[in-house]
Amino acid sequence: MTMKVSMVYDLVRLEEKAIIEAAKKRSEIEFKTFDSKDLYFDLLDGSNANSTFGNVVLQRCASYFRNLHLTAVLEGYGLKVVNDLSSALTTGNKVLSTMALSKANVPTPRTKLAFTEHAALRALEELGYPAIIKPTIGSWGRLVACLNDTDAAKSVIEDREEMFPLYHVYYLQEKVKRPPRDIRAVVVGDRTVAAIYRISTTGDWRTNTARGGRAENLPISKELDELCLRATRPFGRGIYGVDLMESENQGLVVHEVNNTTEFKNVLAQSQVDIPGLIIDFLVDEAKAS
Amino acid sequence: MNCLECYAEIKVPADAIDGEIVTCNECGSSFELDISETGVLSLKPAESVGEDWGE
Repeated sequence: MTMKVSMVYDLVRLEEKAIIEAAKKRSEIEFKTFDSKDLYFDLLDGSNANSTFGNVVLQRCASYFRNLHLTAVLEGYGLKVVNDLSSALTTGNKVLSTMALSKANVPTPRTKLAFTEHAALRALEELGYPAIIKPTIGSWGRLVACLNDTDAAKSVIEDREEMFPLYHVYYLQEKVKRPPRDIRAVVVGDRTVAAIYRISTTGDWRTNTARGGRAENLPISKELDELCLRATRPFGRGIYGVDLMESENQGLVVHEVNNTTEFKNVLAQSQVDIPGLIIDFLVDEAKAS
Repeated sequence: MNCLECYAEIKVPADAIDGEIVTCNECGSSFELDISETGVLSLKPAESVGEDWGE
């Protein structure tokens, strides 16, 4: 029996194209794609959802808010979405994410939260400088800043006070002492399938490859595999990009778990067939649904 | 196809799919490829990077 699986997206990046190519090779699935920018929904009537989208929908929207709301609608219609709404909400918010990691005893950098300038400055004194300030929702290193001292902190926080209220939620993190690199690992279901080092090359302390970081293959050790699986478990079974640092004091620490993960650099460096593994995962989910 | 900004020729890859971003080598403008149900290709301005884009 042919299984109906679909993918919703807003950008066709290398990842989406590779997933489509991988799906074409599989005779057991009927794979449809939908540009979310062309979709609209009757929120009170999802009677055609299953015949349109199939049993399982892969969520690949790059826009976080589009991703979240579209997932909510499809899940509300009773469809299985990968990753699900709970995962998108929790991984998409650094506070929710840190709380989930902490509850699961996953090693993560020391982090404080404050809602006003004076409380944030007190929290930073306790945390120690340099420290990192991050927006609670955001990607690609946008508005992430390194605060070297109180003057820098005051300047950045004063700027944030003029911005949308979301940016008045001050997520403050220790600047972990680490080599000039971090780790991105891709988890599909119950396996850590591939990993890379992301190495700073541009003088930017951030390692995001979106910021010019260089990628290098990293063989998956037992420790890395186990930690990545522990880190993704609180968010539910799905497809994730786990970011880790090699702390001088704590060993491996997880600083982020990414939903709708990008994997082009991991794919290029590891040569692991991540798109094929994603399709395998969707087939398994379709069989189980 | 021709760039909507500078009219230079844009070569669309043979395996291009609907929604794919193509960039003009002459002026650097990016466009979203639109492929109709009948296979007709056209270009439309690509969405600029959103504040909430990422992973």
